[in-house]
Amino acid sequence: MRFVVVAVALDSGGATTTEPWIRAAKPSYPCLIDERHVVAELYGMVNVPSAVWIDEAGRIVRPTETAGASDAFRWHLDRTTKQMSAEGLADRRRTRGAYLDALHDWAVKGPASAFVLSEDQARRHLPRPRQEHALAAANFRLGQYLHAGGHRKAATRYLAEARRLHPESWSYRRQTWELEEPGRAGGPEFWAAVDALGERPYYPPAKIAPGH
Amino acid sequence: MPTTILYKEQPPYLADATPEGGDLWLPVTDLPAATGWELRSEGVCRGDVCMPVPRERESEYVRDGRARFNVGALARSLDQPVVHDDVLGVWVFGEAARARREALESLRAPDFTLPDPGGRPHALADFRGHKVFLVSWASW
Repeated sequence: MRFVVVAVALDSGGATTTEPWIRAAKPSYPCLIDERHVVAELYGMVNVPSAVWIDEAGRIVRPTETAGASDAFRWHLDRTTKQMSAEGLADRRRTRGAYLDALHDWAVKGPASAFVLSEDQARRHLPRPRQEHALAAANFRLGQYLHAGGHRKAATRYLAEARRLHPESWSYRRQTWELEEPGRAGGPEFWAAVDALGERPYYPPAKIAPGH
Repeated sequence: MPTTILYKEQPPYLADATPEGGDLWLPVTDLPAATGWELRSEGVCRGDVCMPVPRERESEYVRDGRARFNVGALARSLDQPVVHDDVLGVWVFGEAARARREALESLRAPDFTLPDPGGRPHALADFRGHKVFLVSWASW
């Protein structure tokens, strides 16, 4: 079974912010650091964890989707104590378990797995980057570049513009908040934005019923 | 004025360019290193791809006896997103959404090269022959 996990950290902080996590995970697979969120742009990822399944020939057999994360944190997490209720933990285990089962099935069976999409199905599931998303990416790049060069005030305008142009991107939102002020990515603004989703998902569930 | 150009995947490039609104006039000699494009007799070319410079609109693309090239005009013709900070003199030329969509629609996994924490570069293409579970995460 020739199968490899390639983990990509979408993280402007680079090795400084990611290395403690990577060390703690003791990974047996490559962990790459994507300070500019290049992979998100290439694959249309708007949140983490997102995943893409790529076969031995380099073809996408499942486009970008939520990688086993659930919205349980929205309903079952005590925001003060950060404790998840038993119900929340069970929901999280169920969602992750179903996703990992599908992944395992593919790893073992390859193209015969029911979770591999046909080309037509895969195309239907592709993200469709629009021009304002491309412009958001350019603003994000400029903001990051200026921020890294010490022009933090000048950077703010472009980072905010990236958020405005691509509001579906939680990665831009949280990364730019975090750049502007460490801790802001998980602060009150984050929770207000999550609550504003209402019935819409934070993590759209991966459609992992066989053949979907 | 000295202008930093961040052109798609090219490394940042400092050039003596002339910004005019949405236009950025670059010495033709800096064009390849800054953008990967070069001006030839048949047009402006990147690898095997050449785009003819429209004869009737040549003045939008080249001036000073073809010594300067307008990267802004090229970006407009390719629908590239462009953002610039005129105070600090930094220009970003990104990839067009259409190019991103077409790349995905081919279902060929777009390649990239990124470092591991030790700084060693890895390309996605290095894993050809394996099933790859490409998964993102972040510390934020």
